[in-house]
Amino acid sequence: MSLLSVQGLRVEFPTRRGVLTALDGVSFDLDRGEILGLVGESGAGKSMTGAAIMGLIEPPGHMAGGQITLEGQRIDQHPERYRGSHIGMVFQDPLTSLNPLQRIGDQLMETLKIHHGLDDATAKRRAMQALDEVGIEGKRWDHYPHEFSGGMRQRVVIALALASDPKVLVADEPTTALDVSIQAQILALLKQLCHDRGTGIVLITHDMGVIAQTTDRVAVMYLGRLVELGATDQVIHQATHPYTQGLMASTPTLAGSVDQDLFQIPGAMPRLDAVPAGCAFHPRCDRAMPQCKTHAPEFDGRRACFWSES
Amino acid sequence: MSRWDSDFVYAFKRSPVACVSAGVVCLLVLAAVFAPWIAPLNPFDMAALNLMNGFTPPLAPNAFTGETFLLGTDDQGRDLFSAILYGLRVSLFVGFAAVALAMFLGVFLGLLAGYRGGWVDTLIMRMADVQVTFPSILIAMLIYGVAQGLIAPDNRGDLAIGVLILSIGLSEWVQFARTVRGTTLVEKEKEYVQAARLMGLNPLAVMVRHILPNVTTPVLVIATITLALAIIAEATLSFLGVGAPPTEPSLGTLIRIGQDFLFSGEWWILLFPALTLLLLALSVNLLGDWLRDTLNPRLK
Amino acid sequence: MIYTLFQRVIQACFVLLLVALVAFSMFRFVGDPVQGMLGQEATSADREALRERLGLTDPIVLQYARFVLNAVQGEFGVSYRTGESVADMISQRLPATLELALISGTFALLLGIGLGVFTAIRREGFVAQSIMATSLVGVSLPTFLIGVLLIWVFAVELSWLPSFGRSGVVDLGGWSTSLLTVDGWRSLILPAITLGLYQMTLIMRLVRAEMLEVLRQDYIKFARARGISTRRIHFKHALKNTLIPVITVAGLQIGSIIAFSIITETVFQWPGVGLMFINAVYFVDIPVMSAYLLLVGVVFVSINLAVDLLYLVIDPRLKANASEGHS
Repeated sequence: MSLLSVQGLRVEFPTRRGVLTALDGVSFDLDRGEILGLVGESGAGKSMTGAAIMGLIEPPGHMAGGQITLEGQRIDQHPERYRGSHIGMVFQDPLTSLNPLQRIGDQLMETLKIHHGLDDATAKRRAMQALDEVGIEGKRWDHYPHEFSGGMRQRVVIALALASDPKVLVADEPTTALDVSIQAQILALLKQLCHDRGTGIVLITHDMGVIAQTTDRVAVMYLGRLVELGATDQVIHQATHPYTQGLMASTPTLAGSVDQDLFQIPGAMPRLDAVPAGCAFHPRCDRAMPQCKTHAPEFDGRRACFWSES
Repeated sequence: MSRWDSDFVYAFKRSPVACVSAGVVCLLVLAAVFAPWIAPLNPFDMAALNLMNGFTPPLAPNAFTGETFLLGTDDQGRDLFSAILYGLRVSLFVGFAAVALAMFLGVFLGLLAGYRGGWVDTLIMRMADVQVTFPSILIAMLIYGVAQGLIAPDNRGDLAIGVLILSIGLSEWVQFARTVRGTTLVEKEKEYVQAARLMGLNPLAVMVRHILPNVTTPVLVIATITLALAIIAEATLSFLGVGAPPTEPSLGTLIRIGQDFLFSGEWWILLFPALTLLLLALSVNLLGDWLRDTLNPRLK
Repeated sequence: MIYTLFQRVIQACFVLLLVALVAFSMFRFVGDPVQGMLGQEATSADREALRERLGLTDPIVLQYARFVLNAVQGEFGVSYRTGESVADMISQRLPATLELALISGTFALLLGIGLGVFTAIRREGFVAQSIMATSLVGVSLPTFLIGVLLIWVFAVELSWLPSFGRSGVVDLGGWSTSLLTVDGWRSLILPAITLGLYQMTLIMRLVRAEMLEVLRQDYIKFARARGISTRRIHFKHALKNTLIPVITVAGLQIGSIIAFSIITETVFQWPGVGLMFINAVYFVDIPVMSAYLLLVGVVFVSINLAVDLLYLVIDPRLKANASEGHS
């Protein structure tokens, strides 16, 4: 049985101009100790998926269909019971993620006491342990967030998120706000922590480099839908969906020649209130077939496309 | 510019708050301007007053003379409706005049401070900082007191309105000055100013031509909000006895007179001027708020 | 940190001296004290003699210095109108104003913060919306009108409370208080509400705006993601962050309460320094006006200073900046 299972997730936003579908039939599984990447352009629905898993969708948006199960148990109906204790989340900007007026030691202890009902002394010990695990000196216990550098702050955030031993961690662009050199450190830390504890990670990012370095499997999203899902190596080198192929082709590499033009997928991802009929990607797809205009391809667990290589 | 205009007009038409409050303000202004013609009686013509008419309740015929008054009369037999119209006149006149004074003074000082920089700028801004530490109503009272002190006792009554305008106007210039100074500082750095200087043109004249359009919108918003403050300040000062005198009463003065008669039961002498003042202040405030909300995002 | 403190205090002194200059100019140049004291019949010789005696012929700077020194020692001269020592007048009437300010300030603060938090947490609710709508009217209602209307309703029509004056006063050897008797409290209620209502509306709107802003922040989202309960988030995390800017404004509001007490005291004939001041303006009693200006100046400047320093102490970010010499 997989650790986390998202099936047919559908998120809708009622607006003055009608109902917008931010996520449409998203399904994937996450296993113990696995790192699954969720990649796509801005607005594709990656963060929305993360928020849905946590039950943190901003009203008036709401989950309109599908289900989310953790170790077989449905969690989408009462997300507040599982937040923090079973599923943790890490956000993009470590500076704004931490309460500027609270010392980090206190923030850690608070989380621990709430979820485990520990007394002060035990909580403090566990908190110092947590800080140690992420590579922060214990004596910085009573420092305020602004006294740390960006990378250290993100470590604190990770310590906080993992403080109560969640089984799943949703990381929404955890390294986007950091320097490239720090990025590698943080990703390595995430990998190591999850390997040690068996936590499953859903890593949301728009950066293919991060995906390549860190994830075991990757899911590609477009306009609120999954278009491809598979082992990272395979998706990167042998993508089977035109969009994914376009994404890979447009990533600059050191291998290509300097004179080569940068490839770009023509057009832009449409807005949610202008979703194309049929396959959402067909207007930009150079392999579109007549049926792509009228029928939306089903996601079969690996891809959602009518076209195939063969 | 015209597209911006029509966006603004469009927003205006769509907002019931804006339309209603603007309508009320217009109505009151018109009533005040045409008071001499609309008012059934001139409340300050001593000869026409009949003491026997005193204390008549609204719409009920007077016990002695049988005359009916729309909103009743006060202790001297003055028709309250006419008194309110004339009072509105004074209130609005002082309000607008004070804002105009504050605006011109503030804009001028702001331009001066921004353009000259250096010690002029520091001086003006320090003055502004010190003045802003105190509530403007207090400043207005002080200026009023000092001005009265400098005027010989005989002339004090005549100049009361002028002094009132002066005190309120002088207490509200700071916001105008700060805004205009900000824009001036920004414009000063731009290249056309240096170009103008090189060409032998007066850089200040050129700058003013460029600054004024930029500054019109925020100044307009500040002016409307200041108008509401000025109207309330005037009413307050008049109520306290250090504003419009009873010989030329504003709404505030009328309210003060009305308060004296609460206990004896002539409630109308207080209520109608009070309602008028409230209506005026509320509409100007709402209009100012709406203006600020509508115009400000565009500035960014 | 010490350096910033020092800087602020120097600035405050500078402003005070400026205010003293204005007060002095008023005192010296507006109206003629000699005229007021001697009357019409005095000869010019008498006038000259009096001038000498009062030190009015000395260089201006010397007069200014003397003025400041006197003021610091509590010597403000004599009222043109009543001949009383201004210092005596002030000390007699100050307790009334201070008590009124204290009670109404507390009322405004507590109710303002409470309603502000409530309308922020339950912003969509009917109660919250109606409170906000009413507050808009409250901002347009001049203080004096609130007072008059309260008198009408509660004193005239319902006869529940007295319509003017300060009753139930107990003399505590130098400080007269009305807080120790029921009568005293009854006469205090209407003026306190009048004075505090405007401030309360201001504080409420400010708290609401700040709290809504704070609740939008990422760290609130992160706290929710960590499973911290909504109640805890509202009252432990959001509230503390909200109150910091509110303290600044609230502190400054104390100052304006003292100014607005002039209006309230006039409406209710409350025997405080505000009523004293307005009478002085009416009768052009310069020494009293100038003394009041000094008094108010000291109060405002000290409050501003105190709030500045308080802010420095409370917000750890500013403390860090200050000690690094960034100010």
